[in-house]
Amino acid sequence: MTALTTRLPARFLPVLATVVLFVLTFGAGSIRYDGFASGQVIANLFIDNAFLIVLAAGMTFVILSGGIDLSVGSVVALSTMVTAAGLRAGWPVPLVIIAVLLIGSTLGLVMGVVIHKFDIQPFIVTLAGMFLARGLCFLISVESVSIKDTTFRDVATAVIELPGGVTITYNVVIALVVVLVALYVLHRTRFGRTVYAVGGNEQSALLMGLPTARTKVGVYVISGFCSALGGLLFSLYMLSGYGLHAVGMELDAIAAVVIGGTLLAGGLGYVLGSLAGVLVLGTIQTLISFQGTLSSWWTKIVIGALLLVFIAVQRGMIRGRRRQGAIAS
Amino acid sequence: MKNRLLWPILALIALLLLNLVVTPSFFALRIQDGHLYGGLVDVLKNGAPTLLIAIGMTLVIATRGIDLSVGAVAAIAAAVTCVHIGTSPDVGTALAGMAIALVLCAVLGLWNGFLVAGLGIQPIIATLVLMTAGRGIAMLVTEGQIITVNNDAYRQVGAGFVVLPVSILISLAVLGLVALTTRKTALGMLIEAVGVNPEASRLAGVRSRTIIWTVYVFAAVCAGIAGLMISSNVSAADANSNGLWIEMDAILAVVIGGTSLAGGRYSLTGTLLGSLIIQTLTTTVYTIGVAAEVTLVFKAVVVITVCLIQSPKARAALSFRKVAVS
Repeated sequence: MTALTTRLPARFLPVLATVVLFVLTFGAGSIRYDGFASGQVIANLFIDNAFLIVLAAGMTFVILSGGIDLSVGSVVALSTMVTAAGLRAGWPVPLVIIAVLLIGSTLGLVMGVVIHKFDIQPFIVTLAGMFLARGLCFLISVESVSIKDTTFRDVATAVIELPGGVTITYNVVIALVVVLVALYVLHRTRFGRTVYAVGGNEQSALLMGLPTARTKVGVYVISGFCSALGGLLFSLYMLSGYGLHAVGMELDAIAAVVIGGTLLAGGLGYVLGSLAGVLVLGTIQTLISFQGTLSSWWTKIVIGALLLVFIAVQRGMIRGRRRQGAIAS
Repeated sequence: MKNRLLWPILALIALLLLNLVVTPSFFALRIQDGHLYGGLVDVLKNGAPTLLIAIGMTLVIATRGIDLSVGAVAAIAAAVTCVHIGTSPDVGTALAGMAIALVLCAVLGLWNGFLVAGLGIQPIIATLVLMTAGRGIAMLVTEGQIITVNNDAYRQVGAGFVVLPVSILISLAVLGLVALTTRKTALGMLIEAVGVNPEASRLAGVRSRTIIWTVYVFAAVCAGIAGLMISSNVSAADANSNGLWIEMDAILAVVIGGTSLAGGRYSLTGTLLGSLIIQTLTTTVYTIGVAAEVTLVFKAVVVITVCLIQSPKARAALSFRKVAVS
């Protein structure tokens, strides 16, 4: 019984740590700055990071399965470009959305198939995907293309009133729906369980008769889809398409997932942790902008330091688990 | 060995021929003021920083590691040197600035080595920390400004000529030095042994950890020198753009050269060829008149092709088909 009570929280410990970190950073901000602890500041956290939440949700699947996807930032850029160019060419909005989502998913599918069929490291395949997607942006246009479509602009500027005078955009709703769907898929479907199993030990999963091939390809399709959706949200946020949008966003997404407590070796982690990770990153940015004198590059240094702390904690956890395993056997 | 380098050599020759067709004057060399000019010299000069970083990366990859932080380290080196030089035109200040920068790079390399060998963190992730934080540090050093300097001694590193561009001479000298020390002593074999199995090498009496630390420090110092070349070429340090994506180019060069990402074997000649191919590819795209940014598409195609050629599974599938056809 004691073993059970001590082990259950251990699984949730990293996520809890992230939530505590979020509360602490946000609390620190509220104490130091007037007007920080308002509902709108929290709402803005979601509004400004909606696309990142979607990316991090997709990235969680990939990292849980033991892989990594470096192409997400470029796919976001490609999606903004396709959206902007499509709308400029007079395509109807639904067609643009379908096209963007199809392109993202197909790119993910191709990368997944190459990774699985030819046994090439995910790192290098998605690196190629990153080059390809950015290059394709510039094939469409080297310049930034602004979005002038009225329907699209209406959706982008529309706000939803929440009680207490807080407003959010439709982006936030979409991002939260994505998180809920990801939660459902990971914890309530066979596919989700297989993702955890493959990340824990691919060989064992294969021997258990689980469809590892389909799962390993599937996570990249999900990540590609999420990147494309994130790209659509980013187009709504920026109202332009540009090949240099979202440079380095793959690092933000990976950082959010890691800070959210997902084990980089795969097999352990939660989508809610990634959501908390994104909120922590967002809070740091907000804090730095509230502070005023600190420059924005401090954000990068703080994110790097946080990454380091969480990775070190993960190392400790893995060693602890091994030791436990050794005693048990 | 010959077989492995055959494809890169053919690819390079094909690219060069393509250039010859598009611009017939591509191979023309002329001497002006004792300096050698021409299309080939340009390729060498622009490719020097990538080559230098790729040399360091080759050794890191040979130990089954990877270093994503080289671009950020290059930016830090450029920033530190240019801030130290400031407005001074002195030779001494320039030398001191570069020395401080390279020592700092060595420390950053020690840090990467500590995370990988000391704490046992996956190399991709360990160096990701410095990749993320490093550009922030560089921005901190330059205070977000582009620092321009006017120092003739410093300009020599990236833009100087001693018949050939100084930058390519430095890169080739480092390549020669590394080739000598790793291939004429047991060091190269030890590095490969660590790449194949660090634990087994340690048990066999190889100081695995020391070797891993050494390669990361070396890679960081190479990145630092490359950063100096890049910023010296334009006499300015830009923390945002110096060495941006150069880690990707360097990894690409190493992979094209036949060094396996799984570690355990490496080819310096291959890395040299790989860097030349990448730079020639970039130059070719320019001369053909396609937008420079589209180079990325070509690079993607090259990476995937090379990886497929290297992948045992893809080879098996191909040879199976051949057998079936015959």
